[in-house]
Amino acid sequence: MSLAKKIEYWFMKDIGADLLMKFGGAAKKKKGPSKPNPKLGPRLEASAVLQRIIARHYFMSRFAKGAMPVAWVTSGAPVELLRAFGFYTVYPENHSALCGAAKRGAEICQVAEERGYASELCSYARVDLGHLFSGKTPVGLLPKPDILFCTTNICATVGYWYKAIAHYLQIPLIQLDTPFNFTEMTQADEDYIVAQLHESVEELEKFSGRKFNYNEFVRICEMSHATSMLWGEVLDTMKTKPSPMTIFDAFTQMLPVVSLRGLPVAKNYYEILIEELQQRVKDGVGALANERKRLMWDNIAVWFKLNDLSKLFAEHDMNFVVATYTSSWSSTQDHMSNADPFKGIAQTYSRTILNCNLNHRLHTMQQSIEDWDVDGLVIHSARSCKPYSVGQYDLKRLVLERFDVPSVVIEADIADERVWSDEQVRTRLEAFFEALEDDGREAA
Amino acid sequence: MAYFAGVDVGSLSTDVVIIDDNAEIISYTVIETGANSTQAAEKALESALEQAGIKRRDIAKVVATGYGRISVPGADKKITEITCHGAGAHHLFPGAQTVIDIGGQDSKVIRLGPGGKVIDFVMNDKCAAGTGRFLEVMAGKLQVKLSDMGPLSLKAQGEPVKISSVCTVFAESEVVSLVAQNHPTEQIIKGIHKAIVNRVWNMVKGLGEPGKVVMSGGVAKNRGVAALFEERLGAPMLISDEPQIVGALGAALLARNQS
Repeated sequence: MSLAKKIEYWFMKDIGADLLMKFGGAAKKKKGPSKPNPKLGPRLEASAVLQRIIARHYFMSRFAKGAMPVAWVTSGAPVELLRAFGFYTVYPENHSALCGAAKRGAEICQVAEERGYASELCSYARVDLGHLFSGKTPVGLLPKPDILFCTTNICATVGYWYKAIAHYLQIPLIQLDTPFNFTEMTQADEDYIVAQLHESVEELEKFSGRKFNYNEFVRICEMSHATSMLWGEVLDTMKTKPSPMTIFDAFTQMLPVVSLRGLPVAKNYYEILIEELQQRVKDGVGALANERKRLMWDNIAVWFKLNDLSKLFAEHDMNFVVATYTSSWSSTQDHMSNADPFKGIAQTYSRTILNCNLNHRLHTMQQSIEDWDVDGLVIHSARSCKPYSVGQYDLKRLVLERFDVPSVVIEADIADERVWSDEQVRTRLEAFFEALEDDGREAA
Repeated sequence: MAYFAGVDVGSLSTDVVIIDDNAEIISYTVIETGANSTQAAEKALESALEQAGIKRRDIAKVVATGYGRISVPGADKKITEITCHGAGAHHLFPGAQTVIDIGGQDSKVIRLGPGGKVIDFVMNDKCAAGTGRFLEVMAGKLQVKLSDMGPLSLKAQGEPVKISSVCTVFAESEVVSLVAQNHPTEQIIKGIHKAIVNRVWNMVKGLGEPGKVVMSGGVAKNRGVAALFEERLGAPMLISDEPQIVGALGAALLARNQS
């Protein structure tokens, strides 16, 4: 790590970034405000703060390389451990989602495909590899990693994907293996994960040249826990009728808890957001002008269609109030309060929705249906995400049989817009709306 | 007397049904959609009106359905083919619990509740396997008329030839090689039909126990496909004389409900 790079980073962090971003922002502002949609309620004011946080996060990442060790990590990685060693963490999954939202997923995926990666491979992985090969990104510049850290609690793909990056860049990879919970998590599972965490500490000490600071680690774990709990409270406000926020907001609002978990900025942000949401609840202000039906979303967002889907559902006065996806960063995080932070991490990160069986997912859905008072379920079958998409037709049938909640499956993807077929999705969704609205009743 | 029209603009055919106050079918037409769905809708409606011997102004309400539903001029309402097929099937066979509809570019399975209400449905993925288009391509490759596919497959002796590919493009080359290996055409056709049924069967099972099943859509005219479904179901299906117009009929019935 060079001293000059360190000075540059700290200068940019405290002074330069704000100045430069203000300048860039002023140039962009000429567009003028977009027309308000009469079907939507007022925009969240906190979003402007979030925009700055996201922009700043990606802007600062340009200066991180050389100033501090950079780690590329998966969304389900125990980042608390890396933060204790002062790593600058980059989330390729979040970057791929951003590429998807910017409708550049297909273009960057193609770079990876040209290098021989199959189009059936997860598009987050393809975007990440395509970016690595070409440098293509909508965020300016991502710092190349010095080390990789992946956790298998979200899928098996990450293991191979990160191994490929480690191979190309010839850098170390730490893989935390979290055994799949076919039934209940066992003591042996916990012990196995805790042992790996201790081993990781030794490796990170060697790599960073820094001694592990246990107290600092505990402080970060506490911060992470508090942030996740706040995120849970944010999602809880959506139990109110009308819900003060839509799931399309939540897909964006979750960035701090996913990517900045353990840092004060994430916690501070949710304090601002929750205050605004609670005020909305008090004033009876909804995210939709007229919320008639309340829906649940299953699977990761269709990042390149967020806007269109948000408008389509708003047109029908239907609001997504809960998702199995957004709850993933709050539902297991209370285990972080464990007196032994290593055990807390093992429990928190091994019990995530994708590391548990389908029955667990069904129970989670049942709970959400009851607590958020859900009228219908939209199931995104994502080409990319096999662990999330397998079993969805069984869930669909069971959710109807047991909880009397109708659902629809749409075939799409998380970042590869080539998979999208406008007319097919529209027909399925409209038929779903008709069924929810009883248009077909007493037809003949 | 008031009349109601249902216009179903599909990827391969455009169908129009005109009914009267009592939900009796007065006339219907089935034409190829071709490249211009608006023109097809107008032409089909025109011809149905002529057959019925009535004028456009005698039609109180028009409901458009199918993939081209947005391009039907003068439609009072657009309703998806899922709801329309449900309504049409329920009207023809009031006890129906499941509808298997195989059209030109998609196949769908619909679960019906009381009154023909759609309670659940699944559709094929964006892929032509298991659709009318798949049959059409294969018929072309075998140089057999589409309408002869059913009767020929019923004549097949012994086990059908196995078509292992689920993709239309790959299945096409598979069929070419089967022809080259001198497999009897009847057995190849039966194999093709079996591939379609296997594909759609997954969707049927996905919705639970099917109960009384109606089959609709152009492919329901193919007795070979229907027979294979019935073998799987272990029971006969309910198929109307004109399964292709069930969607348009449903649209007409829903138009009648609108007033």
